[in-house]
This record gives sequence, structure tokens and C-alpha cells, in this order.
Amino acid sequence: MSAAEPSQGANSAPAGSSAAAQPQAWGEHTRVSRVVNGLFALVVSAGVSLGCAQAPPAADTAAAPTFDPARVAKGAELAAIGNCHACHTAEGGQSFAGGRALPTPFGTIYATNITPDIKTGIGRWTEAEFRRALHEGVDRGGHQLYPAFPYDHFTLVSDDDVGALYAFIMTREPVAARTPANRLIFPASIRPLLGIWKWLYFDPGRFVADERQSAEWNRGAYLVEGLAHCGACHTPRNFAGAEKRSERLEGGDAENWHAPALLAASPAPVPWTADALFGYLRNGFDARHGLAAGPMMSVVDGFANVPESDVRAIATYLTRLPGERRNAAAPDVVAAASAREFDPTARHAPDRASEASHAGAASRDAGEIIFAGACAICHYAGEALPARKPVPLALATSINATDPRDALRIVVDGLHPQPGDAGAIMPGFAGALTDEQIVAVVDYARARFSDAPRWTNIADTLRKIRREDGK
Amino acid sequence: MITLNVNGRARAVDADADTPLLYVLRDHLGLNGAKFGCGLGQCGACTVIVDGKAVFSCVTPISVLGGRAIRTVEGLGTVDDPGPLQRAFIAEQAAQCGYCIAGMMMRAQALIDANASPSDAQIRAHMMPNLCRCGTHMRILRAIRRAVDATHAASASTGGKHG
Repeated sequence: MSAAEPSQGANSAPAGSSAAAQPQAWGEHTRVSRVVNGLFALVVSAGVSLGCAQAPPAADTAAAPTFDPARVAKGAELAAIGNCHACHTAEGGQSFAGGRALPTPFGTIYATNITPDIKTGIGRWTEAEFRRALHEGVDRGGHQLYPAFPYDHFTLVSDDDVGALYAFIMTREPVAARTPANRLIFPASIRPLLGIWKWLYFDPGRFVADERQSAEWNRGAYLVEGLAHCGACHTPRNFAGAEKRSERLEGGDAENWHAPALLAASPAPVPWTADALFGYLRNGFDARHGLAAGPMMSVVDGFANVPESDVRAIATYLTRLPGERRNAAAPDVVAAASAREFDPTARHAPDRASEASHAGAASRDAGEIIFAGACAICHYAGEALPARKPVPLALATSINATDPRDALRIVVDGLHPQPGDAGAIMPGFAGALTDEQIVAVVDYARARFSDAPRWTNIADTLRKIRREDGK
Repeated sequence: MITLNVNGRARAVDADADTPLLYVLRDHLGLNGAKFGCGLGQCGACTVIVDGKAVFSCVTPISVLGGRAIRTVEGLGTVDDPGPLQRAFIAEQAAQCGYCIAGMMMRAQALIDANASPSDAQIRAHMMPNLCRCGTHMRILRAIRRAVDATHAASASTGGKHG
């Protein structure tokens, strides 16, 4: 049994969800009738729950329990691996106080306040209720939680680790901050219908180690598939927003960025090694792939401060999966990428209308001219930069990806380290270049630096990005 | 030949299409307000306004600027008749060496043009890309605040009309 399908045989499937833990022996007919019955049951239960005031469990005492500092410290590391902070903190807001808008294909979900504030946070939650939320996707009042909260991964987390997370969260500063109401389209807006979603797509149960694999591999599997929830972004989702199990880690969406494929389907010209991946996850940069951008920035920030052995385990697991490309980079891939760098001294026909063209020099298209004037100041074949030389674009994952979204986002918004952090900077070109010009230069860069087929959807993707950003 | 619209005037320029605007402003048009700082789009000394947005002229090739409105610090006012933002920078003595100031003013002007009443937090966030090695950031922030307030005072005294 693979680590990705932990539910069968898991001994702690909660009562009421045993159906979801059944093997896929159900016939088509059976499943359809279960859907119909389930719908009926949910409509009834929705009616019931709408009709009743919610009755929270009686444990109303706010007497702050004390926690062992070692447990709190352990929980802090686990929270960093789980990247709880990224979703549960609004931009410029207080840590874990929620309010961050998470874009989904079904509308906007606002991350909740998970500080121990009594009224607006989870100050009244017991450890059992907290554990139930992570393991079963149900809140304290018994309401279904949206899987934007990745309980489909967190269900694998051990009770002991959940307890440490609880100790960490409950010792944070309580912040009074009400979470805005979600803005979701019908029928996603009907929370009880999540019962059907879970029944179809959610297999609760703790992680089960694969005894044929090493302890480090299993540690990595436990973290990747569980708390670190890598698949939440890097696995594509189906029409219902559930991860496609047949395309695990083959590239998905992350807050309007493209999360590239990680395993054999990775678009990177140089296959990842465990060492390279470890360095990238720890430092946010790898000289043969590029740097962490977009939502990945906060992920690597978290990995900078957790036990090195955990990050190594993650890198080991992700580079020792079936189908993984194991070949180390052929040296000529790297050499070829360097040789392919833009040479600003290369002869070209003058673009001035006033001059006759030189014989033998090709004239340049609009994208190449923009590249020469805007990009080649850093992305060129040479060494004499005041700062670190960028990754050769021929090796950059964003330029070789199946989806132009990340390349476009980087050109539009640039790359900026978090305030106070060291890191690569690239200016955004949203103001300098029109959309048409951005499309031209990205099209040029793809054709110039990647052997992958040209993107045919650059302009459409940019329009989508503009819509998403409301720019 | 490419024609650029600089501070409301059409200027014909004979330069290679990939030449950064900064060099054309300084070397071809004699507009020396925008400065060469890093040449990498990372310090902001070269900032000008293109179609209302603050851009780094050192990484903006002139090929992309045909038909677009370029505004430089020379378009804000003159030595004899400084514009409102320039007067505010003078009043707050916001320049020490002054190398970054033209870029600072152009980035600030782009903000004020888009948002007549920016909060202090909005001003800080907007000015983030521009660096000052002397450390006069606090005076620069005060100067921008002064310019915003002066504009409001002026419009209030003219019955709410913008003059």
C-alpha cells in the first residue's frame, strides 16, 4: 500500500465515515444510488441544522491550560512545516488571526482566526475538537469545513503531533478579529453539501508507514502527504475541487499561481536530486532551477527554521518515488543552458528605421527588442553583475513549465524578498510594458530559452491574471 | 526614428530600439533629472511616469513607449516655478545629496495622481521600491504628506474645486 492511500487498514477511521474508507469495490450503480441517498439525507440534515440554533459543546471554561514548553516548541516547528501561518494570517495582519482571502474556482474563502481568542478565535476549542477539525474537517459546532483547509492531508497527522500543534496554537497571543463571510457561488456556498464531497473524495485515517522503505523516506512521506500538504497546490484538482489521485503532484494551482509538477512530470530540464531539493526548500533557491516565488516563498520560509532532518526527509521522499527521474543532470544540459544565454553584443540589424539593415544580421522581433532593453540587463551571458547572477533562463522552471502563468506573474509583478529578508529582486514590469508587450517578451523568452513547445495561451492567461488581480 | 511624448511634447529620437529610456532622456534630450543609480531597476533613482504609472526608465526600452505619455521631474515644475510636490520637498528639506529625489518625486506623483488622499501606510507601501542612501526617508514621507495636505487645503479654499 502506498503512503498516499493511507485510509484502508487505518485503524482509527471515525464512526460515521466508515463508508468513505471502503475500498473502491463499489459498483457504478451503487455509487450513484448512494449519491442520491446522500443528497436526500443532506438536504434533510441541512434543513435540521438550519432550523436549530447551534449547540456548542458544554466545555465553556476559558481557564487557560498550561503547556509544556517543549511541546509548544515542537508545535511551532510542525506549524512551520504545515505553513499554517500563510493562510491564517492576512496581509499585514496579526499572526494566525485569519482574514486572508483565498481565491478558489468557487469563490473566495476567508481563512479563520485560529488564535485562542474566546469570541472570534478558537479559544474555547478543546484538544479533541481541534483534533477532529484536522482529522475530519468538522468545526467545533459540528459544521463541515471547506477543504481549502486541507484536512484531506491533515487527517494523516498523528495524534501526538496534533497535540503539539494544539499546544503551540493555544499559547499564541489571542487576537480579536472576526473572519469575513465567505463569498462562494452556489452550490459551494451550501456548507452541508460538503458532506457529499467528503463522502466522495475524503478518506480519513492516520498515516501508515511503508515498511519496505527507509525510516527517512517514511518520515518524508508522512510530512509531504500529511502536514506539509504539498499536493494541495502541486496536484491538479477535479471539477469538484478534489485532488486528482491519478495525477498526484503533477502540477496544480496555488492562489492564482501555477504550482509545477514535482515528480517525473517536472518541467525542469535538470532533474531534482535530494541534495538540490533540500537546498531549495531550506534556502528558497537552487542554481539549476530558480527561486521560490509566489505562495512558495512562505513555504520555504517555514522550512528554514525546522529540523534539518525533516527537510532532508521531504527531499528524500520526493526524489525517491516511482517514476521519478533519477538521472543526475547531464553536465551538457547545464553547459548548454549557459551557452544559450542572451548575448547583448551579438550583431543584429539596426531597428532604427533611419538606417539600412546590415547584410547577414537577422532583424529582431518586438519581443527580442524588449528582452534586450528590459531583461538582458540582468539575464545575459556575462558575469559582471553587482549581485548574484540569475539562474540561466534555459534552466528556469517557470520558463520551461507547461503553463505560462508563473513567468507572466514574475514579469508583471517582479520578485521581491519578504521585508527584512535577503534574496533576489526583479522589478515588475506591469507599468512599463503594455499587456501586448508583456505577451511579446514572454513569448520570445519561451521560444528563445526553452525546448518545450511555445505557449499558445499567453495572452489569454495574462487577461485571466489581470482579472484575478483586479488590476 | 521613434517619436516619444515627453512632458507633453513630441520628441523625435534617433536611437536603437532597445535603448533604455533613461539614456535617451539624459543623452539625447538633455533631461538630466532622472538619474542612473543601479541600472538594474532596483534603486528607483531613474523613476519616471509612463501613462500614469511609476516605472524604472533604466530597464524600459524606448521601443515600448511609442504613443505613450512620459513624464519626468522636469514636467513637475521649474526652478523658478516649482510644482506643488517640488515645493513640499523644498519645504521639508527632503534632499540630502539629492541623487534619489527626482525618482522619489516621480513615484510619489504617480501615487498622488491615482489617489488624492493616500494614507501614510499607502504612501510607505507605494514608495517601497525607491531607495535613499542618505537616509532622508522620514523627510521624504513628510514632504509627500505635506504635498497631499496642501492640495486638499487649496481645493477646500476654492470651494472644493481642483485648481
